[in-house]
Amino acid sequence: MARHVIAAVDELPPGTRKFLEIDGRPIAVFNIKGEYFGLMNRCPHQGAALCEGPLIGLAQSRDPGEIEYTKLGEIIRCPWHGWEFDIRTGQSYCDPRRFRVKAYPAHVEPGASVVKGPYVAETIAVKVESDYVVVEL
Amino acid sequence: MNIQFRENSEAASPLTTKTAIADCDIHPARATRTELYPYLAKRWQHHLEVYGVHAYQGMMEGPPYPKAQPNASRRDAYPPEGGPQGSSLSFMQKQLLDPNNVQLGVLNPLNTGQGIRNHELSAALCSAINDWQIDKWTSKDKRLKASIVVGNEDGLSAAAEIRERAGDKNFVQVLLLSRNVEPLGQRRYWPIYQAAEEAGLPVGVHAFGFGGNPITPSGWPSYYIEEMVGHSQCQQSALASLVLEGVFERFPKLKMVMIEAGFGWAPSLAWRLDKVWQRLRSEVPHVKRPPSEYIREQVWWTTQPMEDPERREDLFDVINWIGWDRLLFATDYPHWDYDEPSRVLPAGVSEANRSAFYLGNAKQLYGIA
Ligand code: FES
Repeated sequence: MARHVIAAVDELPPGTRKFLEIDGRPIAVFNIKGEYFGLMNRCPHQGAALCEGPLIGLAQSRDPGEIEYTKLGEIIRCPWHGWEFDIRTGQSYCDPRRFRVKAYPAHVEPGASVVKGPYVAETIAVKVESDYVVVEL
Repeated sequence: MNIQFRENSEAASPLTTKTAIADCDIHPARATRTELYPYLAKRWQHHLEVYGVHAYQGMMEGPPYPKAQPNASRRDAYPPEGGPQGSSLSFMQKQLLDPNNVQLGVLNPLNTGQGIRNHELSAALCSAINDWQIDKWTSKDKRLKASIVVGNEDGLSAAAEIRERAGDKNFVQVLLLSRNVEPLGQRRYWPIYQAAEEAGLPVGVHAFGFGGNPITPSGWPSYYIEEMVGHSQCQQSALASLVLEGVFERFPKLKMVMIEAGFGWAPSLAWRLDKVWQRLRSEVPHVKRPPSEYIREQVWWTTQPMEDPERREDLFDVINWIGWDRLLFATDYPHWDYDEPSRVLPAGVSEANRSAFYLGNAKQLYGIA
């Protein structure tokens, strides 16, 4: 796994993202409140440049009339058809096509009543090494 | 280390097909509010500045439901030079036409002059939009063809606009919207069908419109998602009206294109119409054949949005009923429910059907060599 320096830390302040191409692969790296996340910039649905969408939260509801909004700034919404992905895990939400479901390790999280979709956007390992943001690919 | 920084979204998806395609639903937009003024008489420019437009629907500006993404459009479709999505020819070429090898692109402008209460203003705006389509789009890129936009609620002025444009190779169809003051089969709209039939132009019926009636047959719903599915209900009642008022019987060479309202419902609507027609035929004796026959002979369907059943065989069953020669591929660019050409058709379609679906049917219907 090769390591690629992609930015000095001050070039990627919190709330920003950077688009780049490494070995022909489109990648986006986000700084969210000092944490770094990388995603393959290609939506598993129809191939849009996924990371050009807005970062939103996750709206969930246990019952009609009750809305819980969590993971603020951690869900990327595809710029084309609006499918939502968790940028920490690449997990998609709310895809109805059950026949493509794969199994994923279960874990408990607040308001987990929302349906997780079968699609997963590919995540990229990102870390900071002596003040440089480094992507592992 | 080999890194290039990506400046903007112009790069094409690496998965795009290189097979030539037709895109039968492209929405060109105006870059500025006054972009139509050069095509409008001073009298109407002045009128717009003083009074604005008065639509049949209650909302003064814009559609009654929010649209999920700004301008109902892909977030990566803002032109680099500014302006709304769909307003730049050069960016449309880079983002849609070139990478997808679009050989024929049919323009369907929305928010034109249709559905405006002042019929003279409506006619003037529609005519201006048609001039603008030639100047800004079709004369600059021969792949693009325009739709004749008409003041739909005034059949006579609409027919005059069609006759004026007839024979102009910049135009390949007449454009109506699905929501009108009355169901589309009614007599007030007949001059439109007559002029279109004479001109040999198909009439496209695109979802949306400003007829002033609730978005669904059961009233005004709460959510945009209900408007989205409501388009197919609206298209169904428009199509039933066209059949039952005798439009297809009266204009046997008329071709209708159902645009952006799905097509999975077509067989069940036709089956229901046939069944009821057998029992109530004497109410509508001018409908001389089973409704399904008119529908299968005189109606075409664009694909965006395509129904997306779990089993692809279910989709194929529907298409087999409609006919592989009746579907016209469409992306709906730059709108947010855009369909990516290389991703819409499931595996298992023969080469002949694929090429008809992506290009052949459209070229034939629109008379493109
Ligand atoms: S391409 Fe991303 S949601 Fe469709």
